[in-house]
Amino acid sequence: MAKLHVSTTINGEPAEFLCEPGDTMLDALRGPLGLTGSKEGCASGDCGACSITLDNRLVCSCLMLAAEAEGQDIRTIEGMAQGEKLHPLQQKFLEMAALQCGICTSGMLVASEALLQKNPRPSEEEVRFWLAGNLCRCTGYDKIVRAVLETAADMREAAQ
Amino acid sequence: MTDIRYLSPDTLDEAIKAFAAAGSAARILAGGTDLLVQMRSGAVRPGLIVDIKKIPDMTTIEETADGGFRVGAAVPGAVLAEHGRFGKVWPGVLEAVNLIGSTQVQGRASAGGNLCNGSPAGDSVPAMIAAGAIATVQGPNGRREMPVEKVPAGPGRTHLLPGEILVSFSLPPRPPGSGDAYLRMIPRTEMDIAVVGCGVSLTLKNGVCTAARVGLGAVAPTVLLVEAAAKALIGGKLDDAALNAAASACSAACRPIDDKRGTIAYRTRIAGVLLKRTVAIAAHRAGGN
Amino acid sequence: MNVITNNKWIGQRTIRPDGADKVTGRAAFAADTTMPGMIWGKVKRSPHPHARIKSIDTSKAEALPGVKAVVSARDIVDFPVDKSVMLGIQDMRWMCRNVMAREKVLFPGHPVAAVAATSEAIAAKACELIEVDYEVLPWTIEIEDAIKPDAPILHDFMKFEGKPSNIAGRLEVKKGDIEQGFKQADIVIERSFTTRPVHQGYIEPHACLISVAPDNKTTIWSSSQGQFMVRAMTAYLTGIPQSDIRAIPAEIGGGFGGKTIVYLEPLATLLAKKSGRPVKMVMTREEVMRATGPTSGSKSTVKIGATKDGRIVAAQGTFYLQAGALPGSPIRGAVGCSFSPYDIPHVLSVGFDVLSNRSKVAAYRAPGAPIGAYAVECVLDELAEALKMDPLELRLKNAAKQGTKAAFGPVFPRIGYVETLEAARAHPHYAAPLGKLQGRGVASGFWFNAGGESSAQVNITEDGNVVVTTGHPDIGGSRAAIANICAELLGIDYRRVSVLIGDTATVGFSNLTGGSRVLFASAMVVTQSADKVIATLRERAAKIWEIDPEAVKWENGAAHPASPNAGQFEPLTLAELAAKAPQMGGPIGAGVQLNTEGAEGGFGTHICDVEVDPELGIVRVIRYTAVQDVGRAIHPGYVEGQMQGGVAQGIGWALNEEYIYNRDGKVDNPGFLDYRMPVCSDLPMLDTVMVEVPNPKHPQGVKGVGEVPLVPVMAAVANAIHNALGKRFYSLPMSPPRVLEVLDGEG
Repeated sequence: MAKLHVSTTINGEPAEFLCEPGDTMLDALRGPLGLTGSKEGCASGDCGACSITLDNRLVCSCLMLAAEAEGQDIRTIEGMAQGEKLHPLQQKFLEMAALQCGICTSGMLVASEALLQKNPRPSEEEVRFWLAGNLCRCTGYDKIVRAVLETAADMREAAQ
Repeated sequence: MTDIRYLSPDTLDEAIKAFAAAGSAARILAGGTDLLVQMRSGAVRPGLIVDIKKIPDMTTIEETADGGFRVGAAVPGAVLAEHGRFGKVWPGVLEAVNLIGSTQVQGRASAGGNLCNGSPAGDSVPAMIAAGAIATVQGPNGRREMPVEKVPAGPGRTHLLPGEILVSFSLPPRPPGSGDAYLRMIPRTEMDIAVVGCGVSLTLKNGVCTAARVGLGAVAPTVLLVEAAAKALIGGKLDDAALNAAASACSAACRPIDDKRGTIAYRTRIAGVLLKRTVAIAAHRAGGN
Repeated sequence: MNVITNNKWIGQRTIRPDGADKVTGRAAFAADTTMPGMIWGKVKRSPHPHARIKSIDTSKAEALPGVKAVVSARDIVDFPVDKSVMLGIQDMRWMCRNVMAREKVLFPGHPVAAVAATSEAIAAKACELIEVDYEVLPWTIEIEDAIKPDAPILHDFMKFEGKPSNIAGRLEVKKGDIEQGFKQADIVIERSFTTRPVHQGYIEPHACLISVAPDNKTTIWSSSQGQFMVRAMTAYLTGIPQSDIRAIPAEIGGGFGGKTIVYLEPLATLLAKKSGRPVKMVMTREEVMRATGPTSGSKSTVKIGATKDGRIVAAQGTFYLQAGALPGSPIRGAVGCSFSPYDIPHVLSVGFDVLSNRSKVAAYRAPGAPIGAYAVECVLDELAEALKMDPLELRLKNAAKQGTKAAFGPVFPRIGYVETLEAARAHPHYAAPLGKLQGRGVASGFWFNAGGESSAQVNITEDGNVVVTTGHPDIGGSRAAIANICAELLGIDYRRVSVLIGDTATVGFSNLTGGSRVLFASAMVVTQSADKVIATLRERAAKIWEIDPEAVKWENGAAHPASPNAGQFEPLTLAELAAKAPQMGGPIGAGVQLNTEGAEGGFGTHICDVEVDPELGIVRVIRYTAVQDVGRAIHPGYVEGQMQGGVAQGIGWALNEEYIYNRDGKVDNPGFLDYRMPVCSDLPMLDTVMVEVPNPKHPQGVKGVGEVPLVPVMAAVANAIHNALGKRFYSLPMSPPRVLEVLDGEG
């Protein structure tokens, strides 16, 4: 019943932690790693508040064993801003009031960033279906979708 | 949960050995999108978790020389979607796999996990059955193959023998003029378990249907291969009479339950509706090929 | 959009002061907090819907290594059932039985004991080791079953009309003479409606972290809609004096009314006291769905009579709402709000509070009003159809205005209901063409809003900026609006204003975040505080200039001579006066505590388009416009946000959300998979129109906006589906199987 020792990379930095074999990655992030930005809304993969990327793949950290992080590249909400420089999505969410209580925001931002990395020119429908796994009860999603679409447009323009 | 062991073997043989030794206390971990939910709810308390994601046979996609595909059982839906050719040849199978859960779930969930979880509503299964996919399974007594429709045994159960692990799916080469499709009925637009799922694969030659297979999910203790529906389609031009007959055959094949996702009456009725719509899409795709 | 734009900050879409924390994952929600030495608490819950507790044996749990404390009902202060002790709208007799079962368990999930241990796993194991001997009793859940003469009675002490009953209360509101009224009607339509219970659906489960020192000094971090409520309820239920409790509001991840009471805090406090360690308790999603107050299911009958030219002369409503295990369903909202958008001479509105073996309901966004409005607004739609009148015209013809006496009592002052109808009628949405299998519906709604107690402090920092401390948890962006107001009043850049939410030790008493009152109330006290600060600043400048303070004005962030007669002086900025504060009289700051008054009700009119798949019964909302009388949109982005959020919740309530019970009386769908809230792909963009009819009783014209948006939605959707399919829906949710049933004529 000894704990497992896991060595991994989180937000570009080497990290290590101890965990029980049955702990999820979300448990590890919020516990020994002290990264509480990822939230637990349901622990069953239905709300997306725990979203992270695993080797650049958007996943629910509550559906992943902490042990699976060994040797992988994990990115969380805490890695999105560069020091004090917010990611364009984070800035746009603030400007467009795309959050109210903020509990879904970490997951929404991680998921939205993953979308824009994969598809810099999403349609409204594509944004909505990509984010279907991120529940929000406060906003009705309207401003979130607009913020993602506008950020995508800004980022495309900046890239030219 | 302090008495769980976690193993991440590099080879299939190691995995089988450990899995078989632990007996009913062991669970295979692929994407974890079913297993972790079941562990969290207390429905499953595994003594050993065997993570098979390091095993190449289980995580790769190959095109075989004859134009078929071999898809590792643990390939996540998102990875399958990124394959250059798979979705072009089997759009129905791909869309079925890609309907499992959210984008996040798609990053992990696999057709193998979906099948072995044994849910009658698993989205990938009707399409795999319609495609005529063959499951390759390996256990302490060696490797064997079985058609996918023979794998489910009942809700939460499969016909895999103790110690056997599902390794990959083989999809046959596609004759020209073939197309497949998967449709499901869910109350929302995403994130629901299928109330009914329908997979259809067919081949058309000069407008005549020369081959067809129909898989129907969430209407019986296992996903069904509805041979009567296929029969109604084969040999004709997919006219209204044929579609109605196939739809009726689907409704007749239903043996669903009333549960929080749907009633017997509702499922039985819409099985026929979905069949017609799925055939239409498959036929359109077949026409394009 | 009708926003007043001659202000510098009011009406601007500023960046919220707490925003950077929220988008970087830094904001501390209750489950994010830790304290050194912290241990974990878990609750043992009843598996039965209804049972007498014969005995509880906690000895095995207490003996488990790692367990530090166990509590049960005997540790909770008893409030005898024969004496009502009110805290706001909550009765402590019910609260003490809700946080932990006393004589009986009343719903599956009802707490029977709680444990604190050094790990969550040990605490959970300890709960399994607690042995409870139950005498299982028959149970009842649905209203029609609970009010049958032979229904299992939940509480022997509950009597209605002299007999033991599950009807815990009756509320009546009337105006005129209802029988006379119906005699005057040329057309009368009477319909009955059913709604299923739904949950507020906040994404953040309840959580708290509590530390109790040996001298009872208690610190509570919790997710709540009211730190003063948390303090008071915890004090009542544990016996610790309020002055020893410091309740700190963590950031809250959604509440919608569901966090206006406590579940975990009293338990965690007792565990922390007994164990001598800080105790953290976090609910799982399943616990939230099973054991926290959703809102009522209902059965309503509404009868409306009108003359043939469309004048409504009589309206009658009977509303049965589920209270759950203990009294307190929101019949007040159903009874009082449903007819309030209309000037009707004869009204009789009656509500019944019905007990049953499910979790005690909690407030949900305009509690009771959406249920009543669903019924009334659907009947009005039928009435309009029968009279061959446009549904908005019918409402305009009967609209409440300034001077209308509402059936629930007050005479309306200047209100904005007519404006919402006119804006809806004029909106391009209303005239847009519809395609095949598409339909359009409208509905209106009203909510009381509220004022109530609020406290604030406005303090000037030594370097000339502003710190505002307010008393209400921010669930919708109120900090941004308060910063707008303060910046406007002081005439300084918005970014120089920090807005913080105080705790019970650092700010004066402030009532709940709820009732659409936070901005209304806090803006008033912030304004009065800022006014006092400005008076001080003028005095300070007057002192420096050696003139009368009356001769000094405050403008654009500085003191100026009020007129050329006052003298020629260079303006003194806030920063300069702050720097001189110690020599010129001391700290510059003020606090105000008030029971604010003057809150006025809000009105909304919604337009909904749907598209229906009649073979599968699927309904999709394809376009939605919500028009609301918002008073003054201090921060338009967050007002729009309240409207959009309420609409989304209403669409879920209308189409797919419901509590499903299995044959053992247990919730069958206690998770987000099968409790089907709208996901992003389910909804279209949600358009909003903010009609600004400023509240004359408020310094910035503010009216509450948060709750009205949920009230009209279900009827708007039902009326739209009727427009598409020609069939009426008398039951929610309008899920695919039910749509097919109605289409088949079985509904």
